[in-house]
Amino acid sequence: MFKDPFDPRALLGRGCSCGGNHTEADHARLTASTVPSGEEQRWNRVVDAAVLRAVFPVDATRRLFLKIVGASTAMAAISSVLPLGTAREAFAQGGAPEKKDLKVGFIPITCATPIIMAHPMGFYSKHGLNVEVVKTAGWAVIRDKSLAKEYDASHMLSPMPLAISLGVGSNAVPWTMPAIENINGQAITLAMKHKDKRNPKDWKGFKFAVPFDYSMHNYLLRYYVAEAGLDPDKDISIRSVPPPEMVANLRADNIDGFLGPDPFNQRAVFDGVGFIHLLTKELWDGHPCCAFTVSKEFATQNPNSYRALLKAIIDATAYAHKQENRKEIAKAIAPTNYLNQPETVLEQILTGTYADGLGGVKKDPNRIDFDPFPWNQFAIWIMTQMKRWGQLKADVDYAKVAQEVYLATDTAKMMKEMGLTPPDPSKKTIVVMGKAFDPAKPAEYINSFAIKRN
Amino acid sequence: MPTLKGSLGFRAGLLSLLIFAAIVGIWQIATMPAAGSGAAMDPEYAKLVGAAAATGSKSAMPTPADIGSTIWKHLVDPFYVRGSNDKGIGIQLAYSLGRVLLGFGLAALFAIPLGFLIGMSPLVYRALDPFIQILKPVSPLAWMPLALYTIKDSAISSIFVIFICSVWPMLINTAFGVGSVRKEWLNVARTLEVGPFRTAFRVILPAAAPTIMTGMRISIGIAWLVIVAAEMLVGGTGIGYFVWNEWNNLSIANIVTAILLIGLVGLLLDQGLAWAAKLVTYPE
Repeated sequence: MFKDPFDPRALLGRGCSCGGNHTEADHARLTASTVPSGEEQRWNRVVDAAVLRAVFPVDATRRLFLKIVGASTAMAAISSVLPLGTAREAFAQGGAPEKKDLKVGFIPITCATPIIMAHPMGFYSKHGLNVEVVKTAGWAVIRDKSLAKEYDASHMLSPMPLAISLGVGSNAVPWTMPAIENINGQAITLAMKHKDKRNPKDWKGFKFAVPFDYSMHNYLLRYYVAEAGLDPDKDISIRSVPPPEMVANLRADNIDGFLGPDPFNQRAVFDGVGFIHLLTKELWDGHPCCAFTVSKEFATQNPNSYRALLKAIIDATAYAHKQENRKEIAKAIAPTNYLNQPETVLEQILTGTYADGLGGVKKDPNRIDFDPFPWNQFAIWIMTQMKRWGQLKADVDYAKVAQEVYLATDTAKMMKEMGLTPPDPSKKTIVVMGKAFDPAKPAEYINSFAIKRN
Repeated sequence: MPTLKGSLGFRAGLLSLLIFAAIVGIWQIATMPAAGSGAAMDPEYAKLVGAAAATGSKSAMPTPADIGSTIWKHLVDPFYVRGSNDKGIGIQLAYSLGRVLLGFGLAALFAIPLGFLIGMSPLVYRALDPFIQILKPVSPLAWMPLALYTIKDSAISSIFVIFICSVWPMLINTAFGVGSVRKEWLNVARTLEVGPFRTAFRVILPAAAPTIMTGMRISIGIAWLVIVAAEMLVGGTGIGYFVWNEWNNLSIANIVTAILLIGLVGLLLDQGLAWAAKLVTYPE
């Protein structure tokens, strides 16, 4: 990452952990003399490399060009067309964070894995921040504490920043979501007595729990039963219940099942009170769930803290994405200070080798995955469901709100700076239960459903 | 007859012990792990679930022995700090006590002078009574969202909730105590041409003190009830947070430990005020 891009011998691809296109073994030899020592020089290198990579997409061309004209000539030539100085400056603005001591709120569920693990595993301190992660009792409380500025950033359900920005269920405050935490990782858990009722058509009169009204859980459960011909407002009842109460209620036969976050699905299995009917990835593979959010005010007033925080989260999310790290993560987040759960439960969720509650062991390594990219398409889909179920009464400009709240551009920029490859923001296909969603036609999508509220 | 009194106390103590032993005994029998009822599970599956689920049943209540060892574990190390979300039970109790005393103290500072004024005037007493009666029975959990929304600070909100819930019994009792001071005593004071301040402090206050203390005793009990609910909702620190956090983990043994400690501290608070009440009571 810090190689001199004007060195004709250097490769600007990827491969080594440093970001270079050479093997780990060659790393020391290739970089020993060339990595500049000062922080500023190192960042300059990163900027230069990015510019040169843009000018010469094929590495061989760049190396040939440099060999022929020499490094200083090349630099002068490129500077004349592209203001390298300005690019360096713009990047270097990411100096010391304005606010080092930050409070980040989280709900103790596995969706928050990157936010939580960044504390014990040192991702926050790596980016120069002193973060306190504060366990919070519920979604309404985390929303109120965030609105009251007690938290600088917080873990929320991915529909919540949209709801807050739109003023649905709270005052309208501009809220942003620069990173998704996890994709997939939720499940429908049913009470043991419904072992034989695996078809949702038989669920008339069931009582279900979801964690919050403005949650993917609510929208996915409604979608699922509506596809089976049941009206989620008339044929079944859905109520908001804090996740730990879900297992307690299932045990007491107060509810028939829940679509909830882990660890509570697996915890129900661990305690023998329920079984996993299906994983939500079977409904929509790659759906978003929880999010890392900050107020627009915090992001604009503390740009450097915001950048450092976002980098720490993206860094942690990328680490959590790797299957081989999952056991280590389960161990790091299991103690009372974080999730307060048996380690085996977390390990089953994160590795995807789990007991289903009916005596079988299932293997699905993508049961939960971590991917920070906040696709605007996700936001549009969520808003179509808010509209479909009558939470959102007014007409909205879907694309505009999505763009303002789901900060895909910011995330892409940070990912690039960190040597990760951001995806193409326009290329995302959403398929829910076999039905494709076209983000350009949200109104048509809502109208295509037989069961809806408006 | 000290011997009879002593023997009554002794017999009562013995009966208490017997009741305790019976409860623990029944509990122990009821929670004994049932012998493997279900079919033998796949060992790979059994490793992934809890002991009860592996035999095809629900996880059971902990036995008294489990609770005992959990209590011991907390008592030998009550003041540890393992991160901002994991502190010893002694520290959590101290946080809760601090909040209760602060909220209760503010309520006393507000309610007793106000109650005094209300009690002196039957007209004001009648006029304010409906408001007090409506606000008095409101649960702390109902005040909480309103407090969080308006105050926008969870620490102050929980203290406010303690305040608002413990203010009413003190207010009512003070007003009642002041209002029902015997007319003869006031008349005597008037006859002797005692000034209004002197009347208030030397006649009314001593006469109303036992009633005021009773109100404070009711209030501290309510404040202690409220703090657990408030902390469960707000989280962060305190014994209520501890209960909530262990509820997340479905750890009944830890919750029972917390229940016993909450009861014990509540008892100490109540006895402290009962002792203070004795100091201000005098025989007529």
